[in-house]
Amino acid sequence: MNPGLIALAFISAIVSAGAFVGFYAGTRRKMDLEQWIVGDRGFGMLLVWLLMAGEVYTTFTFLGASGWAYSKGAPVLYILGYQPLMYVVSFFILPQVWEVGRKFCMQTQADFFHVRYNNKYLAAFVALVGVIFIIPYLQLQLTGLGMIVEVASYGAIHRTPAMIIAFLIVAAFVFTSGIRGIAWVSVLKDLLLLFSAVFVGVAIPYIYFGGIGPMFAELVRAKPAHLVMPGSTTNLGHSWYISTVLLVAFGFYMWPQFFGASFSAKSSDTLRRNAVIMPFYSITMPLMFFIGLAATLILPGLSNGDLSMLTMVRRTFPGWFLGLIGGAGALTAMVPAGVMILTAATLFAKNMCRPILWPGMTDQQVARLAKTTVLVITAIALCSAIYNSPTLVALLLVGYGGVAQFFPGVVLGLYSKRVTTSGVFAGLVTGVFVFVALTLAKRDPLMGLNAGFIALCCNLAVVAAVCLLTPSQCNGFDEQPQESMGA
Amino acid sequence: MYKPSIGAILWALIPFIAICFSVSLWDRIYPRILGLPFNFFWLITWLLLTPVCMWGAYRQEARRASDPRREDGGTP
Repeated sequence: MNPGLIALAFISAIVSAGAFVGFYAGTRRKMDLEQWIVGDRGFGMLLVWLLMAGEVYTTFTFLGASGWAYSKGAPVLYILGYQPLMYVVSFFILPQVWEVGRKFCMQTQADFFHVRYNNKYLAAFVALVGVIFIIPYLQLQLTGLGMIVEVASYGAIHRTPAMIIAFLIVAAFVFTSGIRGIAWVSVLKDLLLLFSAVFVGVAIPYIYFGGIGPMFAELVRAKPAHLVMPGSTTNLGHSWYISTVLLVAFGFYMWPQFFGASFSAKSSDTLRRNAVIMPFYSITMPLMFFIGLAATLILPGLSNGDLSMLTMVRRTFPGWFLGLIGGAGALTAMVPAGVMILTAATLFAKNMCRPILWPGMTDQQVARLAKTTVLVITAIALCSAIYNSPTLVALLLVGYGGVAQFFPGVVLGLYSKRVTTSGVFAGLVTGVFVFVALTLAKRDPLMGLNAGFIALCCNLAVVAAVCLLTPSQCNGFDEQPQESMGA
Repeated sequence: MYKPSIGAILWALIPFIAICFSVSLWDRIYPRILGLPFNFFWLITWLLLTPVCMWGAYRQEARRASDPRREDGGTP
């Protein structure tokens, strides 16, 4: 039998299994806004761990890690740097966010800003910035999914139909099952990803070089400069490493979807214990690096480094195994995409439309609008992925640096008495502006520093200056909760 | 308002120093350990050691939560 057909059968089987799990998770439950977005705040440690891991390890990690190891070399180590550190940062932020989240029945990141700073325009602006940066991230997931399915099916499915089918499935199970559906699909996805990463990461160096040690011995002999920073680049040295690791470690949980996922936990202690054990999941990352590094020796001169892992697998293993990897890769795009769609739709309906345009909306109307928005956002991301526009790629690079600008508002909001609404607003605008300007002017990295890091420093300076010049104000978290926030 | 304890913050600083600020000390190939270049070996080791440090931070916070003399009275 044709290996393309076998691979195709495996991919379809895995994606169908994921779709089934996603739909089934939401049946027998009443899907109001609270259940849909935060799973009634009832997720235990294991489900939170899997959901967070499911969201964090996207196709960008799947393809990008081996791609960077292939084309750039040692700078890829920044992934091993920021991943444990972002969990360290989350230890001090997420449990506190959860506490105020429960007290005020928050469902989104913008709700946090709304309550703390008592200003609906700041909340709407935070929601807008969040949605703007989520869409290109979503587009990246789509493009990655199309690439994986196309290569894994030996070109039998073209990337456009693959993207359309997969994303209709995602939109459908987000629509019916909300966050609970996504969490259960990520169980399947994590198992498959873990298995395939460990197997491939160990097998490829073993098959071609007789082990991981001999592979590095060969690399040290042939390409020693590839193995220390700046690797095969000219500008990704140590100062870039430090500034990028700091930026991503502090900025990662500022993504609205990760912030929002913490509300689904059962208790703040769940989140704290989760932060302790999360780094173990990153053990799969070095295995992705090994595949990319093996490819630098075996397949030099690939035009697209992101395809190095799939090309290695296709060259080494039979069709059914490639199908397994393809299916795992497709789910790896679908799970985070589901959370992004859910988050962006809720931010739009709840924090932008209701407070600014139609203050009289009931919670049922918000829920209905959010579900309709799911379809709209999926359509926008699909169009932009199919007619891949270069502006969006530029915006994508802005993503991390952009959402990291929420950091002062969140952390000072939790821990400072002196912070004021105008200070946070001014800092956020400055940070986003500086970062977008530097990125569009192609000045990233600037003087060896990550542009997002520079923008965050400007942001903090403006927050500090404006907060000292404006009179102190009361902290929204000290007030008694009103009913209006709830579902 | 709840603030994390100094002890927990000190535990959390250890991985930041080891993984981030000290990069120029460990970003090299030799000595190769278990066949890995030293920088790869170092970061993989810290994937395992970071949870140990954070477990220390967790213990600090848990001890404080059970301390009846706490003034903020909230959950940890």
